[in-house]
Amino acid sequence: MSDNIPQDLKYTKEHEWARITGKTVVVGVTHHAQESLGDVVYVELPKLGATLTEGKNFGVIESTKAVSDLFAPISGTVVKVNDELTNSPALINSDPYGQGWIVEIEPSDAGQVGKLLDAAAYEPLTK
Amino acid sequence: MTRRTPLNEAHRKLGARMVDFAGWDMPVQYSSVIGEHEAVRTAVGLFDVSHMGEIEFTGPGALETVNRLISNDLARIQDGQAVYAGLLNDLGGFVDDVVAYRFSPERILICVNSSNREKDFAWMSARAEGVKPVDKSDDYAQIAVQGPKAVGLVQRLTKSDLSQVGTYRFTEGEVAGVKAIISRTGYTGEDGFELYCAAGDAVKLWDALLEAGQPDGVKPCGLGARDSLRTEMKYALYGNDIDDAHTALEAGLGWIVKLDKAGGFIGKDALAAQKAAGVPRKLVGFELTGAGIPRHGYPILKDGARVGEVTSGTQGPTVKKPIGMGYVPANLATEGSTFDVEIRGRAVPAVVVKTPFLKKS
Repeated sequence: MSDNIPQDLKYTKEHEWARITGKTVVVGVTHHAQESLGDVVYVELPKLGATLTEGKNFGVIESTKAVSDLFAPISGTVVKVNDELTNSPALINSDPYGQGWIVEIEPSDAGQVGKLLDAAAYEPLTK
Repeated sequence: MTRRTPLNEAHRKLGARMVDFAGWDMPVQYSSVIGEHEAVRTAVGLFDVSHMGEIEFTGPGALETVNRLISNDLARIQDGQAVYAGLLNDLGGFVDDVVAYRFSPERILICVNSSNREKDFAWMSARAEGVKPVDKSDDYAQIAVQGPKAVGLVQRLTKSDLSQVGTYRFTEGEVAGVKAIISRTGYTGEDGFELYCAAGDAVKLWDALLEAGQPDGVKPCGLGARDSLRTEMKYALYGNDIDDAHTALEAGLGWIVKLDKAGGFIGKDALAAQKAAGVPRKLVGFELTGAGIPRHGYPILKDGARVGEVTSGTQGPTVKKPIGMGYVPANLATEGSTFDVEIRGRAVPAVVVKTPFLKKS
């Protein structure tokens, strides 16, 4: 198993990760996603309090060459936004699972997280 | 079928991410676009530009023949000099933008864009009155060595005195034991050379440059950095910023159009008429003053109405701003004019700025 796919996270087919922390879920994009994108130069973030719908676009990541949509891993309300990304979008490249986190969501249905992929199920999607 | 340059294997060994570019399998980046961009701005970078085409005119009357085909004037330069020029259609739009090398009045070499090689060759063959062109593209490989440390690096590998080779001049010599045309040209805004060598010598030359450039921090650079570097200089890219539908005057390239040259050239009449009547739209450089990144094809809006389109755009790695180019009506083309760029349904404000975006100290 690759070190670049942490065991304690959940994943989507669209290469987002989700860290379940008590009542909330922190969301970012995976190491594989940032590597495919190349240098991230701009992140369009949702507003605090925005309602996200599972599988729907909630933001955009732009790298030097590509524009990519961000998809919500679960439905819920945005309770925190990583404003650091406005000035330092490259945090997504340098620390995708840490300082490069994107939003924190309060799920509308806690059961949804059960549908996300675990590390073993996600890994083949990075090949 | 996808074409490969003689350096294809070398790129793969270096871990390049390869993409299809105009039918060529080319490196877009090796490590990071921004890192490669910065290497060219601060040290030295190598680009494989072997996909570019080379078309040669040899024999008595070569200069006159080519001069009828290109907008710039080979009669105003000396042997050993090159000019940037347009191959223009009858309406003054671009068939291609090229660099023409004057070896002698009887030998002119034209470097054309890879995507236009066949088109240009057919176009030139049909219109050349006198000497006929020969497509030498497969014979040549081309490596661009660009950056403040480029001259020093190439000088260490050649006996030619490069201090005698000024901007847009070239010489024939050997670099790292490889016969080459050493041309002080490039498309990054930095000093440096474009080295043309035999296709079979490309790997030897590339490896020698990479090795000798280690103390300089040389980096192999891909198409991604090439694009951001040229955008910061507002250098036009064929297919984005210039094409057959926009004239050379609209593109702001009046300086490569010599309306008064002896013998004239294809497209001259249309451009002279447009100059007299006034140029209706112009390619401008702008900065976004709101958040976002302008991209090719995004609409340019004035008071909500579409008045133009972004032709190139990026987050400039050196200027550290979202910058772009696009055609707008002449009344919006002056420095300080404002308009909006539509980014995913949002109107993001922009201002026309003086170019190049990168101000060299």
